[in-house]
Amino acid sequence: MKAKVLLSLILLCGSFAAPVARADDAAPAASPAPAPAACELPSYLLASESQLPKVADAIKAGKPLEILVVGSRSTTIPSSEGSSYPARMEAILKEKLPASEVVHVSVEIQSKKTAEETASIFVKLMEAKTPTLVIWQTGTVDAIRSIDPDEFRSAVTEGVVALQKAGADVVLMNLQYSPRTETMISAQPFLDNMRVVAQEHDIPLFDRFAIMRQWNDQGQFDLFSPSRGPELAKQVHDCLGRALARFVIDAAHLEPAQQQN
Amino acid sequence: MTIADQVTGSTIAGTAKPVDVSSADITPADSRPAEARPRTSAPAITLPAIGERELRLDLFRGLALWLIFIDHLPPSLLTWFTIRNYGFSDATEIFIFISGYTAAFVYGRAMLESGVVIATARILRRVWQIYVAHVFLFTIFLAEISYVATRFENPLYTEEMGILDFLKQPDITIVQALLLRFRPVNMDVLPLYIVLMLALPLILWSMKWRPDVTLGLSVVLYAVTWEYDLYLSAYPNGFWAFNPFAWQLLFVFGAWCALGGARRMSHILASPVTMWISIAYLAAAFCVTLTWYLPQLSHFMPKRLEQWMYPIDKTDLDVLRFTHFLALAALTVRFLPREWPGLKSRWLRPLILCGQHSLEIFCLGVFLAFAGHFILAEVSGGPAMHALISLSGILIMWGVAWVISWYKRVADKSGAKTKNAVGNADLAGGG
Repeated sequence: MKAKVLLSLILLCGSFAAPVARADDAAPAASPAPAPAACELPSYLLASESQLPKVADAIKAGKPLEILVVGSRSTTIPSSEGSSYPARMEAILKEKLPASEVVHVSVEIQSKKTAEETASIFVKLMEAKTPTLVIWQTGTVDAIRSIDPDEFRSAVTEGVVALQKAGADVVLMNLQYSPRTETMISAQPFLDNMRVVAQEHDIPLFDRFAIMRQWNDQGQFDLFSPSRGPELAKQVHDCLGRALARFVIDAAHLEPAQQQN
Repeated sequence: MTIADQVTGSTIAGTAKPVDVSSADITPADSRPAEARPRTSAPAITLPAIGERELRLDLFRGLALWLIFIDHLPPSLLTWFTIRNYGFSDATEIFIFISGYTAAFVYGRAMLESGVVIATARILRRVWQIYVAHVFLFTIFLAEISYVATRFENPLYTEEMGILDFLKQPDITIVQALLLRFRPVNMDVLPLYIVLMLALPLILWSMKWRPDVTLGLSVVLYAVTWEYDLYLSAYPNGFWAFNPFAWQLLFVFGAWCALGGARRMSHILASPVTMWISIAYLAAAFCVTLTWYLPQLSHFMPKRLEQWMYPIDKTDLDVLRFTHFLALAALTVRFLPREWPGLKSRWLRPLILCGQHSLEIFCLGVFLAFAGHFILAEVSGGPAMHALISLSGILIMWGVAWVISWYKRVADKSGAKTKNAVGNADLAGGG
């Protein structure tokens, strides 16, 4: 239910920001913003009370940081893998962490699979990869198929438990903010339930929905845009990768969280 | 003579004579505002031709319609005026309660005057109208998303576009929609309403016999729903977003109030204890809601309380939501007397007009929300545009309500005395 909190907070920020945005309404719509400025986010969206102890330990001990991103299709950009957020996160992490640190990000795409279907492969997956950190992006397919939210929650819970048992830290990532399909997909119950699971298991939740909504409301990205080209997707994924890298660093308490992007 | 007989009996007596003695007796007591609604509502249905309408019902139903419209649009500044931000319940509760109240009011009288069969037939006719309205909205929805499906190919959202897969199998989808099992987002209220109206003959028939028992049965059904998890399944997965087995409680409660329950509750409503309990509860709910918006405050929330309270379930009409609505209603009835001159003022006229044609305006609101989304998507998504869409939506709702009123007035004037004899059910109407 804590998702109410966050969503509401976004609304609040959005409404405060609205008058500001209205003033320069004409200007920002189309301009191809330079990446870092467009990625700006309030710090509460990038902070988590939950921690990533295993990531912290691995880095302190100088061990390689193996990250596995498990996600559905919104984790990739069709035909340009290198620009998707896992790749961007890897680049930024390498930049931010000590040069001696080995960072490796691998991606496991479970296209058109619900949380339950995805969670069912976790045991095998973890045997094969043994990552320090798993970032699990889920919820979209469940929302599209309007899976019973209670079932969704238990599926996410099972998945998280399986990942933790296999010895990894877990970050949950929720749905994309997709204004075009807002009248068709009811995201709220799935956002709520992911928040509940994250809270119950004390794991960080990367609130992709709130973040993208923030960008859209602030005019940094026009997510209504029907553009067919990959440019917008690349920019958004770049920002998501940056935000995610910062989120991981922050949750693992690797440095004082003062840096901007 | 049972209580039910007294209540219904006075209603029949009332319908017989334009100005009834019993209603005259009742009127002086109306100086106490809390009693205003129930006592005067009985005489209101006694006047066959141009009965004095209960304007407060229209006012709040109109308000609910506006709020539902705003809530259906993507969040904007205006969203901050909707009551769901200040407590547990929202406009849906108001809408369903008032619908139950007016439906019982109109068709209850029909049942007393013309018998169960005729009243049932009229209710079914109304259900048909609502069903047609729902199918009409679904068609508009189909048109919108088919358009989106062909125009929108943003690679960022290839996954979300999977929602349009159902367009690939119209044979199943459209049949499921006609069966009310496939409902797109924002199209949940009318199916709920259809089911509740279908149950109305039974409810009224039972109310005629024993109102309190009927209400009791309704509470039992509500409790059973929670205990055994009753629900109606939806297509392709999941269940109805508004569970009729739970939401019937509000509807039946509205009907019960309309058929004399409110009058018998009047001393409870008038007591200061009720008032203070209501105020305390609303204040507490407000504080809880505040912690959703200002997470810094959530430390003050005791963990126990959070665990007990969350999630506040809308699908099954959480008890907290229901009681929140009750508290709101109790205070409203107390502080907004029926005779309040403001009800006749020009400023509230738009709301009242909308409330008087709720089915039409509700459908229009859903349509305008679709259209609003569409404009935001196709033209521009800025906050200025957003505000413009919200405001013009409300203006359109007002304008259409005005036109319908005007048309009905003209149509009524140009003859059709027979219509008056039947009572203007459509006008007062359940809708």
